[in-house]
Amino acid sequence: MEKDKGKTIIDKIWDLFASVRLAVVVFALISATSIVGTVLEQQAEPEKNIKVLVKMFGFDHETAHGVLGVLDSMLFTNMYHSWWFLALLLLFATNLIICSLDRLPRVLKMVKEKVRPMPLEHIEKMSITKTFSQRGKASQLKDFALSGLSSIGFKPLETSGEQGIQLYAEKGNFTRLGVYITHLSILIILAGAIIGIYFGYNAFLNLPEGEISSVAYKDKGVEIPLGFDLRCDNFDVEYYPGTDMPKAYRSWLTVMKNGKEVTKKSIVVNDPLTYEGVTFYQSSYGSVPKGMGNGILVLNAVSANGKSEQKKIRIGESFAIPGTPVTGHVSDFSPALSIDQSGKPFTYSERMTNPAVLVEFSEPGKAKYSGWLLKRYPQTWSLPDGNRVEFLDYWGVEYTGMQVRKDPGVFVVYLGCIIMAVGLYMTFFMSHRRVWVALTEEKGSVKVLIGASANKNRTSLERKIEKMATAISAGHKGGK
Amino acid sequence: MTSSVFFGLATIAYIFAMILYIGYLAFRKNSVGIVATTVTIAGFVSQTLALLMRWAEFKEIGGMGWVRAVPLTNLYESLIFFVWCLILVYLVIEFRYKNRSFGAFITPVAALALAFIDLTGMSKNIQPLVPALQSNWLLAHVMMSFISYALFAVSFSTGLMYLIVKSDQRNEASYIFWTVTLGILVATLAAMGLDFLTFKVAFMGKQELIRSYLFRASFRSESTAVVAASLAATAGIIFVVWRFGGALKRIISGFNISADTVDELTYKSIAIGFPIFTLGGLIFGAIWADQAWGKYWTWDPKETWSLITWFFYAFFLHSRLMRGWKGKKVAVVAVLGFVAVVFTYLGVNLLLSGLHAYGSE
Repeated sequence: MEKDKGKTIIDKIWDLFASVRLAVVVFALISATSIVGTVLEQQAEPEKNIKVLVKMFGFDHETAHGVLGVLDSMLFTNMYHSWWFLALLLLFATNLIICSLDRLPRVLKMVKEKVRPMPLEHIEKMSITKTFSQRGKASQLKDFALSGLSSIGFKPLETSGEQGIQLYAEKGNFTRLGVYITHLSILIILAGAIIGIYFGYNAFLNLPEGEISSVAYKDKGVEIPLGFDLRCDNFDVEYYPGTDMPKAYRSWLTVMKNGKEVTKKSIVVNDPLTYEGVTFYQSSYGSVPKGMGNGILVLNAVSANGKSEQKKIRIGESFAIPGTPVTGHVSDFSPALSIDQSGKPFTYSERMTNPAVLVEFSEPGKAKYSGWLLKRYPQTWSLPDGNRVEFLDYWGVEYTGMQVRKDPGVFVVYLGCIIMAVGLYMTFFMSHRRVWVALTEEKGSVKVLIGASANKNRTSLERKIEKMATAISAGHKGGK
Repeated sequence: MTSSVFFGLATIAYIFAMILYIGYLAFRKNSVGIVATTVTIAGFVSQTLALLMRWAEFKEIGGMGWVRAVPLTNLYESLIFFVWCLILVYLVIEFRYKNRSFGAFITPVAALALAFIDLTGMSKNIQPLVPALQSNWLLAHVMMSFISYALFAVSFSTGLMYLIVKSDQRNEASYIFWTVTLGILVATLAAMGLDFLTFKVAFMGKQELIRSYLFRASFRSESTAVVAASLAATAGIIFVVWRFGGALKRIISGFNISADTVDELTYKSIAIGFPIFTLGGLIFGAIWADQAWGKYWTWDPKETWSLITWFFYAFFLHSRLMRGWKGKKVAVVAVLGFVAVVFTYLGVNLLLSGLHAYGSE
């Protein structure tokens, strides 16, 4: 308390912001509030969260309702966007800036300070030391010491005086800045996030096959102009064989500007399309409300003697099998066909998991047979009379669901991430290492004194010093 | 399904190793220690084989390249990999420090994880990869996350050891802290053991019934009396550990590991684990999320909890490096940090919903 005397208010505030104690308080507050935020589903229907409260804490419905009301008024149901959470993040950033600025001058001084020769008694007190005596002259041993030092990566300077010859070197002095580079990277990431919030948007777009849109939609249906047109040319789902689990779903998109096609790309989850800073992510899909009403089927009719013809038709229309008098009439469509225990076909899902068409075949004047052709099961495509009808595709029935994102800050965030990786590497895997080798002649032999220090990872430097000491004595013997 | 045979062998080996290491700690017989190490290595080799086999099976079923077919797509696979990392890190420590006493603290974590697999009845089948997981980031993100989890588990064990060695008085805060922590750990292990026994006896191992059987025989029992008895038993275990903790201290102190070595190990595993966690868990996770969902950070429960974990270890490092905290205080932080890790990894998947729900089945 004594030293606090004479400090101004500003000094005290500065000290508070530079303290680890404030950081701990901020860490704790962010963590504690976030825990509430992970339990309550954010921006969800109240009923959902009431269920969560009932299940997790055993409240009755009434109490849960009340508790949720209180939490809601404190903005906990959308807390990551609330003013007080942003204020906490701001406090965190301020803390980080001021504590870094507070310590930086001292650290910079240590970085800039060049390694200097040391009195022998100082070298003897280093955290790593090694002494031995060798016959010969100091000038001879110096060469071995020089090569020994460079073999473990140091570029030594030398001096000679009353106490003999001294070699000294350092490396990695800049690594002391690693911590501050890491701090800076956090600020850069936060800055990138702010840029994203102010100059970007997150929206979605459900685009049926064949349709064009010049806007995307935010929550509550707010339209956001894209600045160009996007067309969905096709959409397709691939399933794992024998299951209804999608393996991949893909949209073929075309970007158009002023009515002209500019670029084309097919997107899947994990591989989006970016145009003029707007990125489209494959995120979901579904069937259009009208169902197969306006959809087009792509069938390939193959006759028994090998003639084939591709047909694009709608439900209710008919087609002919080439070279035969047989015609097929598409009378029904099912997005997901299955067969019940009595062998009767039924539709088990509104999703297009197992699309099938019912085709009634006839020759002039008489009905032949009818049956379901399933897109995923080619064995259903062969007809009893040796003809085949291949169910290749359907079109205009599904929409592709896309996340639409514009975020000019994302590059800043990535930059921050790279800087963070560099900063962490410097902080944890590199160190500032200094080494001194003093050679003192005494009665026909030379006393070799090695001293070294490292601000981190002392043991690894210790091993290197050991290696160097062996090299110096061995080199000397070998040299004779 | 040959991989499951080798996984089974590894599980048995690790449980035996746990018993052997504890025996070694108690009786100080060198021969027991050598057997413990041999059994651990055998388990590790078997598990490595199993992992590679499963990888190949996965590649076959998914029809993908090696990088994408990494078997790390559900809770079962990730727990197996976590145990593998943990044993690997442990073996490295054993050989570098030429000391086996850590084994008695690390193998129980492995055994706990493996028991957890069977008791929660999680699916061991290879499931086809959903589109969101079909990315090269899967390998880097998940592998690095689990390597860091394993390192944090080591720091948990050594932190606890340090507290045991360094606390003297029964009314000391650090003594109470470690006895309560160890008591809860022992009670959890015992409850899982009880689940195992009652399950095997009552249901004769019918696989479909084991789903979420965890703690059904104790804390989550339908009978209030059993729940009360379990809580009382837990309190009893904590009391016993508290009352006779001194004996454990004497056993560990009898080994030639200095408290400083243990402290350094705690620091080192966090100093390596933290950057790996930051890069692999947070940064790679953010980049992947950006590519898959168009949002690099969504405050999804998994993300939020990993941030909380990150805060814990950032605090550990700052208090040690800046404030010069050493010893007991930081050991407590290391122990608590791992509690956050366990919640990030398991609690979020089992209790909360969100985008990272792949692992909950």
